[in-house]
Amino acid sequence: MIQGITWLLGFQLVGETLSYASGGHVPGPVIGLALLALFLLATRRFSAAAAMEQSTGKVADGLLANLGILFVPAGVGIIQHLDLVISMGLPILVAILVSTVVTLVVTVWAFTLAKHLEQQWRRKP
Amino acid sequence: MTEMSNLGQIAAQAATDQAQSLPALPSSLWVYLSATPLFWLTATLVVWLLANAAARRANGHPLVNPVLISVVVIGTGLTLGGVAYPAYFEGAQFIHFLLGPATVALAVPLVRQIKLVAANLLPMLAALAAGSVTAVLSVLALGALFGFPEALTVSMAPKSSTAGVAMAISKGLGGDPGLTAVFVILTGITGAVIVTGLMNRMRITDYAARGFAAGLASHGIGTARAFQVDPVAGLFAGIAMALNALVTALIVPLFL
Repeated sequence: MIQGITWLLGFQLVGETLSYASGGHVPGPVIGLALLALFLLATRRFSAAAAMEQSTGKVADGLLANLGILFVPAGVGIIQHLDLVISMGLPILVAILVSTVVTLVVTVWAFTLAKHLEQQWRRKP
Repeated sequence: MTEMSNLGQIAAQAATDQAQSLPALPSSLWVYLSATPLFWLTATLVVWLLANAAARRANGHPLVNPVLISVVVIGTGLTLGGVAYPAYFEGAQFIHFLLGPATVALAVPLVRQIKLVAANLLPMLAALAAGSVTAVLSVLALGALFGFPEALTVSMAPKSSTAGVAMAISKGLGGDPGLTAVFVILTGITGAVIVTGLMNRMRITDYAARGFAAGLASHGIGTARAFQVDPVAGLFAGIAMALNALVTALIVPLFL
């Protein structure tokens, strides 16, 4: 477990370093994600990497299966602005709801349409 | 000798102090405990476990969302107990900290499913382009429709991207980052609650597409929901969340 945590934190640390050095446009953890993926792909063929993949995988699965709890501390922060949200009331909530529905629909529609078109194009000789 | 009696006096004084404060123990205990990181860290874990158990008992029904339940329960507790958010965060920060490593952890399912991800590269790019633009433009349109002040619209525009990125965008364009954080959370919970029903109604059976939409529209909280439903949906949600954070940062300044 400690091994897996160390790998994740290590790659995040490298990501944060590169993020800082490059002006912070891309968040450190996202750079860490890309680097860890590349590292795992590159070392997959070597048997020595199996232990790393296993230990990292165990911690990663645990974190991702309980991803929701990680958003609770930030989510509770809503109490600091609760009066503001209440005073602005319904239009805010309607705007968020409508925008979220439209975004979900357009995104999934673009995804399935592009997949459909790609498959059709591939089928052609 | 005098030192000894002094010590004795101090001890006796301490004993009477303690005796005097004993009847008030429950409230002083609350004051003591509610100021320690241990209490709020434990409380967050316990509330989450109960909320998660409720979600499982409801067979993952979208309305019984564990993030929503936990936020409401803890938020109500803090308000009733007169505890300020920073005091709560002293303890909860240890959980919050794990957001970074959890993002890095997405590399593991990405590598496991690399063939599936590669096979969906073109649909992902199309959905990313269409979805991220829609997320921002729909807020601008609704803001104009409802007559929102510009600072409010600016604070809401990046709401579909992950909190840290959204707050930075909002701040850079003259919005209120604190308010943006609230909109980000509300958007995440809204998406997590409605995505399953909406996708079922649209008869979308491809978990890659469903997950991608959840992560794009409602970032990490949508991704958490996706992982709750299906591991492939969770992976694509995580990818969408990461990509949309980058694209939103690029496009919001163009539209505002």
